[in-house]
Amino acid sequence: MTNHRKDDEILGKAYDAKLMKRLLTYVKPYKGYILLAILLNIVVAILPSIRPYLTKIAVDDYIANKNYEGLITISALLLGTLLLQAVVQYFLTYFTELMGQKIIFDIRIQLFRHVEKLALRFFDKTPIGRIVTRVTNDVESLNEMFSSGIVSVFSDVFVIIWIFFFMFTMSWDLSLVTLSVIPILFYATFLFRKKVREAYRDVRHHLARLNSYMQEHITGMNVVQLFAKEEEELKKFSLINRDYKQANIRSVFYYAIFFPFVELLSAISIGLIIWYGGGEVVQNNLTLGVLIAFLQYTEMFWRPVRDLSEKYNILQTAMASSERIFKLLDDNTFVKNPDNPIKLNNVKGEIEFKNVWFAYNPGEYVLKDISFKINTGETTAIVGATGAGKTSIINTLTRFYDIEKGTICIDGIDISKVDKRDLRRYISVVLQDVYLFSGTIKSNISLGNEEISEEQIVNAARTVGAHDFIMKLPAKYNEAVKEKGATLSVGQKQLISFARALAFDPKILILDEATSSIDTETEILIQKAIEKLLRGRTSIVIAHRLSTIQNADKILVMHKGELKEVGTHQELLARKGIYYKLYQLQYKDQEVIKTN
Amino acid sequence: MFGNLTYLKKYFVRYKSSYLRGILFILISNVATVLVPILIKDSINLIGNNLGTHLILNYALYTVGITLIAGVFQFFIRETIIVASRKIEYDLRQDFWEHIQKLPLRFFQNNSTGNIMSHATNDINAVRSFVGPAVMYSIDNGTLFLMIIPIMISLSPLLTFYVLLPLPFLSYLVYIVMKKVHLKYTRIQEKFSELTEKAQENFSGIRVIKSYVREDYELKEFTKESEEYLKRKMDLVRLQALFHPIFFIIAGFSSIIVIFVGGKMVINGKISLGIIVAFIAYLSMLIWPMISFGFVANLVQQADASMKRLLKFFNEPHEIIDGEQTDYSIENIAGEIEFKNVSFRYNDFLPPVLNNINLKINKGETVAFIGKTGSGKTTLVNLIPRFYDVTEGSVTIDGVDVREIPLKVLRKNIGFVPQETFLFSDTLARNIIYGNGKEDEEVIKYAAQISQLVKDVESFPKGYDTILGERGITLSGGQKQRTSLARALAIDPKILILDDSFSAVDTHTEEEILKRLKEFMKNRTSIIISHRISTVKDSDKIFVLDNGRIVEEGTHDELVELGGIYADLHFKQLLEEELKELN
Repeated sequence: MTNHRKDDEILGKAYDAKLMKRLLTYVKPYKGYILLAILLNIVVAILPSIRPYLTKIAVDDYIANKNYEGLITISALLLGTLLLQAVVQYFLTYFTELMGQKIIFDIRIQLFRHVEKLALRFFDKTPIGRIVTRVTNDVESLNEMFSSGIVSVFSDVFVIIWIFFFMFTMSWDLSLVTLSVIPILFYATFLFRKKVREAYRDVRHHLARLNSYMQEHITGMNVVQLFAKEEEELKKFSLINRDYKQANIRSVFYYAIFFPFVELLSAISIGLIIWYGGGEVVQNNLTLGVLIAFLQYTEMFWRPVRDLSEKYNILQTAMASSERIFKLLDDNTFVKNPDNPIKLNNVKGEIEFKNVWFAYNPGEYVLKDISFKINTGETTAIVGATGAGKTSIINTLTRFYDIEKGTICIDGIDISKVDKRDLRRYISVVLQDVYLFSGTIKSNISLGNEEISEEQIVNAARTVGAHDFIMKLPAKYNEAVKEKGATLSVGQKQLISFARALAFDPKILILDEATSSIDTETEILIQKAIEKLLRGRTSIVIAHRLSTIQNADKILVMHKGELKEVGTHQELLARKGIYYKLYQLQYKDQEVIKTN
Repeated sequence: MFGNLTYLKKYFVRYKSSYLRGILFILISNVATVLVPILIKDSINLIGNNLGTHLILNYALYTVGITLIAGVFQFFIRETIIVASRKIEYDLRQDFWEHIQKLPLRFFQNNSTGNIMSHATNDINAVRSFVGPAVMYSIDNGTLFLMIIPIMISLSPLLTFYVLLPLPFLSYLVYIVMKKVHLKYTRIQEKFSELTEKAQENFSGIRVIKSYVREDYELKEFTKESEEYLKRKMDLVRLQALFHPIFFIIAGFSSIIVIFVGGKMVINGKISLGIIVAFIAYLSMLIWPMISFGFVANLVQQADASMKRLLKFFNEPHEIIDGEQTDYSIENIAGEIEFKNVSFRYNDFLPPVLNNINLKINKGETVAFIGKTGSGKTTLVNLIPRFYDVTEGSVTIDGVDVREIPLKVLRKNIGFVPQETFLFSDTLARNIIYGNGKEDEEVIKYAAQISQLVKDVESFPKGYDTILGERGITLSGGQKQRTSLARALAIDPKILILDDSFSAVDTHTEEEILKRLKEFMKNRTSIIISHRISTVKDSDKIFVLDNGRIVEEGTHDELVELGGIYADLHFKQLLEEELKELN
């Protein structure tokens, strides 16, 4: 929890070479796009750069010589470059956006695939909302960097190169004079970046303080109110809020100084052009057109510098998001698959636990030396108090978690030597909390498995007794399920989850009975359904129903992680041990509803 | 249209002088800025006509000098308007917090911490972008626009007319594109929500997916959704990509008009060459305001939406505050509590949680409430410090309705240990002394002693100065509950309420605490909620709640005798104890 909270407080370094390098690996598959973008950029960069040069020709050759036809030609040419630029620019924007979108698509899918493979251990310790944010918003905020960010850097560079080219073609010495302020610009930019980075670090620090104060006090608002500490807390809050404000105001200062300073440098360039260039024109070393073209070039040249802060922001956001994304991608909480898995064939369904030890946290064993055998076709009930280890038995059998010591075998094959997905194909698990996906009733039974025919779906529903209520729904099996089945009753949802398990026709069925109380009518339905569900297959039930334990072939009594008693209901009652006590605690009060 | 933003008026008024100065600086800076092209024009004319060449250097220096003036004022613009916006941000957040703090518990149950946080950060930030940059840019660009047009007209009305000709088309095109963009944007948002929902469902239902080996299928489905999202996004891009070209085509078109029409005018001797240069310079100054118009419009729209969200919070009624009925002469309470015909429901659509509760607790008594989860125990005690107000009936202390007791007096006299422990990431001492306020070592030690914290403190690296939580040590559940208890004891309360406060404390320690509490509870009224018979059995009176009603009441022995719910619970807990003892 702690770690993850800090995750969200990562506000991003402005630039991190390692992260950038890793981000760029995602661009690799789109080399073609990049190449195309660069090519288009070269073209698109020359077009605006050539226009001041054309203006120069217009001034020197046509306006000065009163050549009206020439002026028309040059205007047409200018228009031509403009339209061409518009077209190329359009496609450039389109392709770079497309590339950006494809890249974030790739990252999103990779992330999703990765998260789905992570072990349950990961989901136990990570809030779902956080994972969702990584896959959606964080990935989204990379978009701008990939689409406009990277490419616009190219375009700026090319424009500047072309400007240099035309300037130097027209006049070497005026170019040098004009550009003489560049070292100052570089130095100023360097200084600015350094100062802004410091100021920004400060802002970030205070923002983190502000956020953690708010987070903490919103969560604990009842305590604040309980002790009537609102006034004191407001004072504390105002101190933190004030620090944040002042850090921001300090950073305003650097921006306030830098941008006017860049303007000033640009004005100095213009002054130099007028002074030096003007002198040259008077001495007939230069034409007036060159002077005018230079004035336009300076204007164009400074624009990228002014966009600096915006790009800085894009970069920063991308860095922060990618750091969080990569952290999730690097999470290695997997349940490992064997290198050369044994293929399971024709599973009969015999289960054996041999001296199994298991712990969620190292050292704290929740299963201690568990050994039992369930024969093919038998129904076994597991009973025990909360925390006795019932759920851990099914968690380890399905390899949601791997055991520490011992072996678990199915038909005599050690399941750790089997591909876990192959294993799960033979086991259906019905959980206590029914989880329904948005979709239809049908898709919730088949879970999108195309191998399950419509007939099988209906049969499964009919067998568990869900068919009748489904047929009463307006769209029957195609009725939409929304918001986790909010419109269905608890009992109906359970029946659907039974149908789901049955449709997959498993060799082994695991049922974690829900404890929630339901009306007698539904209770009868569910009892009947459970009976049919268990018939003819090996099944393990974490039992909460008296009827289930009475019908079980065998009952395993778990206590504090150990298997204490094994036997049938009558045998165990007669023993007057743990089971006897549990029975009085949990089952005795249940009225036995005759299902027939 | 942006009605929500009128709320900000009071803040603007507060910083009126900053804004007025800022506007003045904008005007000065813009006057200087628009002079530069005129200077360039004059110098070009000088150079072109070979006149007064000795003046060229002066013009160059003027250009630099004037820009320097503009720059200095640019600096002051940011230092006034942007700084003021940061101050408004501060004030707004301050007001937000002050308001939030007074909201009833109900509000915090209906709004997640993340949601409230995003109001306090993202939304306030969006509003700041409006009161700062958006205001600055629109005034800056608006005045620049208004200054440049007359100058251009004065230089050449005819050329100005031709140059401005494309502008209406620009506005029209922008309007049309914007309208379509909005539509496509909504479609993208929809898909994004679906994508988010898909991810949410997948991760929530991961057990089912893994059990039935549906990972590949789900990945395929998610990929499909992502592809559709990409498609819709590109749908928008196809349109949005038009924006940039439209802008520079229109702007570029104007420049070509300057060269073509202007050039012709120069050839005909109607205007000087310098005017063309000045026009080109002015045009480049005008492009930015045109482009930024969309940018500013966007900021305003976002700010309005954010303000709307903020206003929804600001309009949340405080509900539980001192009011007309408050009797400020009450400065202390003794501790006799009475519930008269109390019913309570969380809202009109929900069934009552408490149903006609009548009970009386005398000063100095210890009573206990016991019952199933959801039977109404916590709701009942929450009515005493007014976390909620009753729907019907009344809760009185010393015969006075709690709604008439000043809230601060009421709460300062109640030591409440809530079910869910919350401690601040501060030192242990400051957590214990939180309600008391004075860092009195005696009090801390006394409270810690009763709460059985002393041994734990000895094992902490810095004793009472050890920082708890994220930045310090993590306490166990039991330690947390005992600290929370110490915090309640430290305020020397007249009424002590323990809402299932020992659930994470082991039975042995609990017994020790209860033993010590007995002394403390003398002359104080105490209310204990618990699931454990062992915790409540020694109380003066025990109430059994079921479904919001009191179904049994009496002493431990009486209730066991009665053979009802309490007796059943007693029997089962004995069994459980036996089970636990077994190994």
